[in-house]
Amino acid sequence: MSSVPIAQRPKPTASHKLIATLGLISLCSGLLVVSVFEFTKPYIAENQRRALEAAVLQVIPGAVERREFILTPQGVWPRQDAPAEGRLIHAGFDAQGQFKGVALQAAGRGYADVIRILYGYNPACECIVGMMVLESRETPGLGDKIETDQNFTANFRNLSAALNAERTGLAHEIITVRPGSRQAPGEIDGITGATVSANAIGRMLNESAQVWLPMLAPHWSALSLPVGAEEAMDGD
Amino acid sequence: MAIKPDTQPITPDTFLSGIWRENPVFVMLLGMCPVLAVTNSVANALAMGLATTFVLLCSNALVSLLRRQIPKEVRIAAYIIIIATFVTVVDYLIHAISLEVYDALGAFIQLIVVNCMILGRAEAFASRNRLSNTLVNSLGMGIGFTIALLCLGSVRELLGAGALLGYPIFGQSFEPWIIMLLPPGGFFVLAAWLLLFAWLKESQQRRKQAAAAAPQNGGKLGGASIHAR
Amino acid sequence: MSALHIKLKTSPHLIQAVSVEQIMRNVVYALLPVCAFAVWHFGISALALLVTTTAACVGTERVINLLSGKPSTVTDFSAVITGLLLALTLPPAFPLWMAAVSGIIGIALGKAMFGGLGYNLFNPALIGRAFAQGAFPGAISTWTLPGHPDRFVEFLPSTLAIPFTRPESVDGWTSATPLTAWKFQGVDTPSMELFTGMVAGSVGETSALLILGCGLYLVARRMMNWHIPAAVLSGAFITAGVCYLIDPNAYPTPWFVVLSGGLMLGAVFMASDMVASPVTRSGVWLYGLLIGFLTVIIRFFGGLPEGVMYAILLGNAASPLIERITQPRPYGTGRRRPL
Repeated sequence: MSSVPIAQRPKPTASHKLIATLGLISLCSGLLVVSVFEFTKPYIAENQRRALEAAVLQVIPGAVERREFILTPQGVWPRQDAPAEGRLIHAGFDAQGQFKGVALQAAGRGYADVIRILYGYNPACECIVGMMVLESRETPGLGDKIETDQNFTANFRNLSAALNAERTGLAHEIITVRPGSRQAPGEIDGITGATVSANAIGRMLNESAQVWLPMLAPHWSALSLPVGAEEAMDGD
Repeated sequence: MAIKPDTQPITPDTFLSGIWRENPVFVMLLGMCPVLAVTNSVANALAMGLATTFVLLCSNALVSLLRRQIPKEVRIAAYIIIIATFVTVVDYLIHAISLEVYDALGAFIQLIVVNCMILGRAEAFASRNRLSNTLVNSLGMGIGFTIALLCLGSVRELLGAGALLGYPIFGQSFEPWIIMLLPPGGFFVLAAWLLLFAWLKESQQRRKQAAAAAPQNGGKLGGASIHAR
Repeated sequence: MSALHIKLKTSPHLIQAVSVEQIMRNVVYALLPVCAFAVWHFGISALALLVTTTAACVGTERVINLLSGKPSTVTDFSAVITGLLLALTLPPAFPLWMAAVSGIIGIALGKAMFGGLGYNLFNPALIGRAFAQGAFPGAISTWTLPGHPDRFVEFLPSTLAIPFTRPESVDGWTSATPLTAWKFQGVDTPSMELFTGMVAGSVGETSALLILGCGLYLVARRMMNWHIPAAVLSGAFITAGVCYLIDPNAYPTPWFVVLSGGLMLGAVFMASDMVASPVTRSGVWLYGLLIGFLTVIIRFFGGLPEGVMYAILLGNAASPLIERITQPRPYGTGRRRPL
């Protein structure tokens, strides 16, 4: 281009043509983006719903159905008839419609970045029954053992998280201890070489459980209504 | 403009230049951001390569079609809009197809828009060539880019996880080299591939020079000017 | 009449120029007692480690010489030093094949890529170790008991791991280093044990006393700039002292910080690397203080229990800049030269 002498260069284009061209291209682009967005929206929503459902059912053993509830200061409501904004609670039910537990999200700082987890809580045994890492950037092969280490994940099959007598918090802290030294209820066996990540899991579980379990505690009966009964209630 | 590029025929080189002679990664060193960031496994590399190829093909086809309509003064702006559009489209499509791939590639799908290879192709080729030539050339470039990503991805996954496409290759007792999955591994492996390519090119050149010099002085000057590059 | 012979020479009137090879040989001499103590302390696994890394480094140096068609630089002993230093920074149970990989990477990436001795931006041994830290984080943070009764007849189970396979676990032999004990269990180690080296740790980092002695030998032979170790140690001591004064319960004493881990080895033998450190007087102090400061910051506030390696590498990276800002001003050329 630079080799063309100035005299031979074409005249500058009129500005209305520049604006018109860019405007037209932008319009077409916008149309294309919007139509693709509309086309993919249901698929994306479905993907996300399925991923969430799989996660919830995984952390609540025995559950085959997930229902969404909203926790507000007034109580727990099914999501569609919640009167106010509140925290989303996922509850799991088995094939007979029996309530199996709730799934809660927790997050905290790990070694590399914030770790987000989902954990299942069963009020019947007052314990954490499952844990799944939703998002983590922990070091592969080291920090990511919080997801892959069998000994570590086994901690969360039955981790006691009973409430204290006043029902204001947990009876005992949930805490990560040195690998193999788990004794007291609420203690999690850590991972050799991934102390920071393993401790982070214990800390975020403790923080979340201390706050949310006492708030949920008065409402277990409302959550554990069998599916059929609830539908009947909706019909009233 | 002495030659009108518009009338150039399609030659094998139109397609092959992107794969070998002008390989966007190994020769032109373009698009380093995805090359280093998402090549920690073969699957990620493949997904990124295909997404980039899709954007490259679509946007360059459009640029080629509109090459006479777009005024010179606003061409870069127009190319950017076109590229950004297709990047957004690809972003939605991947999100709809697989949440797993979408999460693995993260922000790097959106960052295809700043891959200089795509804008470079639009400016250097698509804006001066027929649609058919552009399609062939873009496909070559895209494949070249994908191959380069796969080259990095396979080495990194092989050493970093002892697997290829998630299937273990070395068995259970293999000790993975974690660093290969981390960002430094990307730099190491890229450097090793660049070294290999530079060495191949140099020896090729040396052979050519030896052949050219042979009639005059019996090949004495064989490798003399290699370092002059 | 006998002719009078007078030798005429222009200044400087040096008796004998000190060659690179001489300095390097003396560093090797200074390292030998440290190596000997390491072998006595950790047994034949440490010996195998020392031999393996040295062989890997020297071998790589030779192969690269051959490939690039340059004369052999093996005889200048610098590759031997890299090999010995690398082994001294590795844990005793480190598998030999990983040690060899680290040695190859250290020489190839840390030295040859930059153009060989004299051009390396970073200490090659630490490049090798940093690679090992990144590649094999599990093996490099597995520490074993010193002074095990069977150490002279038996290799540690992980030492002889088949190349590219996962090393066997060393469960029966493991032990915490003073730094990991402090960081993860809140246990303090007495300073005297740290000083004499009767603790777990990397092969050659445990005995502060011995390392200091060997450093003094080099200083006495004027083959090491004593300002660098002094600056590193004071940088660490001051930073740790400030932290200790702020909260004595949360932070260990500055003596613990200076004597534990690889700080002594790093300060004496690695930060003082002639190529990768600055040359100006004030620059040397700035460089050393920076390394000491960074070490303590990484130890106290980072995820890793030990920070000497990264601190020295960062100091190496900063040394061209340090040299630039501490360049002495030629007399009469104004107040300050623009950067």
